[in-house]
Amino acid sequence: MKTLVCISKTPDTTSKISFVDSGKNFNTDGISFIMNPYDEWYALVRAVELKEKVGGTVTAINVGDASNDLVIRKALAIGADDAIRVNANAPSSYFVAKQIAEIAKKENYDLIFLGKETIDYNGAEVGAQLAELLDLPFFSFVNHLEVEGKTNILKREIEGGEETIKVTGPCVISAAKDLAQQRIPNMQGIMMSKRKPLTVVEPIAVEELVSLITHDLPAPKKGVTLVNADNVDELVRLLHEEAKVI
Amino acid sequence: MSVLVVIEPSAGIINKGGFELATFGKETAALSATKCITLVLGNASNAGELGIYGIDEVLTIDIPTYDSVVYAKTIAEASKKLDASIVILKHNANGKAAAGRIAIKLNAGLVSAVNAVPVLNGAVLQVKRGVYSGKASATYAISSSIKVITVLGNSIKPNATGNALPVSELDLPKVTSTLELIDRKTMSGRAPLPEADLVVSGGRGFKGPENWDILLELADTLGATTACSRPVADADWRPHHEHVGQTGVAIRPNLYIAIGISGAIQHLAGVNSSKTIVVINKDPEAPFFKAADYGIVGDLFEVVPKLTAAIKKLKHE
Repeated sequence: MKTLVCISKTPDTTSKISFVDSGKNFNTDGISFIMNPYDEWYALVRAVELKEKVGGTVTAINVGDASNDLVIRKALAIGADDAIRVNANAPSSYFVAKQIAEIAKKENYDLIFLGKETIDYNGAEVGAQLAELLDLPFFSFVNHLEVEGKTNILKREIEGGEETIKVTGPCVISAAKDLAQQRIPNMQGIMMSKRKPLTVVEPIAVEELVSLITHDLPAPKKGVTLVNADNVDELVRLLHEEAKVI
Repeated sequence: MSVLVVIEPSAGIINKGGFELATFGKETAALSATKCITLVLGNASNAGELGIYGIDEVLTIDIPTYDSVVYAKTIAEASKKLDASIVILKHNANGKAAAGRIAIKLNAGLVSAVNAVPVLNGAVLQVKRGVYSGKASATYAISSSIKVITVLGNSIKPNATGNALPVSELDLPKVTSTLELIDRKTMSGRAPLPEADLVVSGGRGFKGPENWDILLELADTLGATTACSRPVADADWRPHHEHVGQTGVAIRPNLYIAIGISGAIQHLAGVNSSKTIVVINKDPEAPFFKAADYGIVGDLFEVVPKLTAAIKKLKHE
């Protein structure tokens, strides 16, 4: 089985967020970057598990500059066989989808995985666009996947519930929690990752339809109003009369 | 020209989220004085009520919404037929799976998770959304002639301005699905977390799943949906779908009551867009108090039953 896993680099979950250049750009000062957790813990690990079960290859793909090589090497350490980096700073999800589609259409991947969203832009936009560009079925928020030959049985989260779907042939899968269990790369994996191939390709031109105007930070909270534990009635009064939420 | 709003009923009913989207579409259409048309995917006994929210036309078409290929083809064809310049979908599992496909088909700019009515600047649509898991927001300009956006729940209050309308079926060539739906489970009862107005959430402070009764009673009294922190879901004290936070569900209710949750930055990232946050914790140093509007420092096993009783009293007045 031949699978492709799309990975992103995101700020660590504990990062303090600020912007530079009048709100245009993210301030990377003092920020440590990680592989997007949904890509790493669920999408990549499930692809590696399936390879271990039925054989085949796992290719990791990333759109970004050379500073992303660190997270790409981690994907190789976790179990991807090779990696491709499209050498560009992506201005949009559309750009990312176009670059990955350009590469994926030349190969016959059985499954293409990505995380359900990145923890920086939370857009969940790349998967559907990529699937459309490749004319493949797409499943959002998959938390269970079994593969039998060309048949895939998957479960996906929907609002207030879950669906089980059967699909035959290649498809694009966005991975949610529980699709796999997080794996910590072992020493052998880390050593091997340095020798695995990482191919760098140049991007294709994309006409942008959406542009960023600015980023804003939320107004600081005015501070907490503490209520004495013996005076719960006062909290209820504040919620009813001041906040007007009950 | 028109604004096309796609509505997914759940179990044959359009719920509050659908009427929110109708109001959002109506206000977006008003920016350019165009028609707002709703397209309901499947049967909904209350579809005509969309008219109450100022919609000009209510159409239905029955499709398998779990198939993003069929969903996107249908909406793209409908957009062409109805001359839609803006297509609005809900930012939920099916909406997200279809929106990207629709944008590619219509060569439209896409912005997802929009949380406020856009601003029209000439032919450019300016939209706002949260980024970095709610720690910041971003404004984008969509410059393509057709625009596709998905809208977060609780972004607008449904605004009744008109009367119910007759519902007619939209006639489009049928698209066949290649997928087989084997099973669909839906949880009944409380509102799904992403669209709940009131949420009561518990953390490790409860010490064990056997102590959840007092939280459930508070939630029932308020009519709130229940949630939990990640350690609680990881320990299987509560089901995983209740986990709110950066790697769980992100929510933005009117009221979020966090009980026995310290307020790790990853948890805050999933709840910091809540309009009012109440924190109950015995540790006055809990970081959650810094993000809270109201707080009580105290033992949750004493405070929560008292709070339930006080709310019951208010409801009886």
